[in-house]
Amino acid sequence: MTTTAQTRSWYKRNEIAITPWLFLLPGLFFFAMYVIIPIFQSFWISLYEWNGLGKLSEEGEWIGLGNYERLLGGDRKFETSFWNNLKWLVLYLLAIPMGLGISLFLNQQVRGIRLYKSLFFFPFVISQVVVGLVFSWFYLPREGLLNAILAWFGSDGVNILGDPTTATYGIIAAGLWPQTAYCMILYLTGLNSVDPEQVEAARLDGAKGHRMLWHVILPQLKPATFIAFVVTIIGALRSFDLISVMTNGGPFGSTRVLSFYMFEESLSEYGFQMGYGAAIAVILFLIMLVFIGYFLWSMYQDEKGAR
Amino acid sequence: MFPTPIEKTSRSWQITYQTLIPIVLVIWLLPLIAVAVFSMKPLADFTNGNYWGLPSTFEGFANYGKVFFESDMPRYLLNSVFITVPTVVGAVALSAMTGFALGVYRFKGNLLIFFMFIAGNFVPFQILMVPVRDLTLDLGLYDTKTGLVLFHIAFQTGFCTLFMRNFIRALPFPLIEAARVEGVAEWRIFLFVVLPLMKPALAALSVLIFTFIWNDYFWAIVLTQGPDSQPVTAGITSFNSQFVAQYHLMSAGSIVAALPPVAMFFLMQKHFIAGLTLGAVK
Repeated sequence: MTTTAQTRSWYKRNEIAITPWLFLLPGLFFFAMYVIIPIFQSFWISLYEWNGLGKLSEEGEWIGLGNYERLLGGDRKFETSFWNNLKWLVLYLLAIPMGLGISLFLNQQVRGIRLYKSLFFFPFVISQVVVGLVFSWFYLPREGLLNAILAWFGSDGVNILGDPTTATYGIIAAGLWPQTAYCMILYLTGLNSVDPEQVEAARLDGAKGHRMLWHVILPQLKPATFIAFVVTIIGALRSFDLISVMTNGGPFGSTRVLSFYMFEESLSEYGFQMGYGAAIAVILFLIMLVFIGYFLWSMYQDEKGAR
Repeated sequence: MFPTPIEKTSRSWQITYQTLIPIVLVIWLLPLIAVAVFSMKPLADFTNGNYWGLPSTFEGFANYGKVFFESDMPRYLLNSVFITVPTVVGAVALSAMTGFALGVYRFKGNLLIFFMFIAGNFVPFQILMVPVRDLTLDLGLYDTKTGLVLFHIAFQTGFCTLFMRNFIRALPFPLIEAARVEGVAEWRIFLFVVLPLMKPALAALSVLIFTFIWNDYFWAIVLTQGPDSQPVTAGITSFNSQFVAQYHLMSAGSIVAALPPVAMFFLMQKHFIAGLTLGAVK
């Protein structure tokens, strides 16, 4: 049986070269099929006018950049969504300092502190759908808890989700709740590994309070801050659940963001405008790509340093 | 340690701190506490305008009983289980393999493939929506739990690979080399050397993915409809339209929907946090 011996020895000789590919195969296959290829397909679909029925090549009408011209040429809904996305991006970042604040507050060794920490983390574990429901009751115009509290202070009631000027901020506030919890956990773990000797040395040099925080602690928390940035920006651009549950884009479409508008155009009673929806998704993707590029670049720097 | 350890501060600040923590916690969780109280009130409290007071009578059992026996909630819950568990198993298995390949071997394109997994994981879902929905329809898996599971496995593999690869990187490499010198086959090294060392990573990812998938809403409404296959997140929203303004039932339903990941978190806290904070500490 020289042939089997040969194939075996060939495999044996190349084992180290082949094994990683065998191990990668199933994962790569799945990932390519459901993630990588669809990204390119979306680009392609965005060049068509297509209602999602039948095959794209048969039923779709090639319109080139037509969808993009329509989007950028004064689609009011698109403009609202785009500006709301910016609001999300900027305001969502508040979760980082807020999370840092809470983690500094909780970073003590007292009885039951572990339980407190996990209870503070609670909002992150709950589904955004439930968070959305809870906050929409919290904001209810007459009966809501928020107005009950405001009335306590003698203030008039507000209808946060019913007012186009405030609705988006109301939803972002709801989103900040779990996101702050997430950043808090990141910082709590980061604080755990802060070098106590450096802190002591800085203390002997007379550093205290916010100067200590700024010059000694924060530099050591840089990895935690980086992850917090990554997850917060991704969270802000992905925001969908809360909007869908709390206002469904209203009032008067004032709370739409790109991800929601995309969904609305391609899969709701407004019709199945798959091509147009894909074009919106592509723009959202391109915005995200700026950040992804930056994240990967800084990870690459780390990798280079590690070798 | 920063800030200054509480034992080293003045007595009065110590007492203030101890009393402050529970107060801040209650404010932090106020919306949630309100909902928990909601779920134990009789309907009459809401019609009489007693929204924020204590329940006039305790109706907890009746409310939760209704949720469990007179609604579609149990089906949605079961669907969630059947979607979440296979996804966790699949994603963790696939990514243990990809993570092993990327963490242990040096070959051309290693970093490129690794970055592709990361980049794919950062992508906004929406860019995948139309093609993935199409693919699922073509496979005849639209509105089935299987369709949802397959997509979730694929997508989560991105994040899990990042995690697994970095974890394996941190393992002592001489162990693997020693096995190679002994002549152990590569796949055996994976099974008998690396995998046992990966237990903490496997646990961390399992809890994390469980929570992510249980809480997923977007893909649930894109790839499924109706109580036959939808998970509890989508269920609770249709529940919402069915029980408009029946806050006692809605809140009981919400709590039931939120409970499994919360329980998971409390049981596996250490692993959960280890998973979340991957890379946040060196």
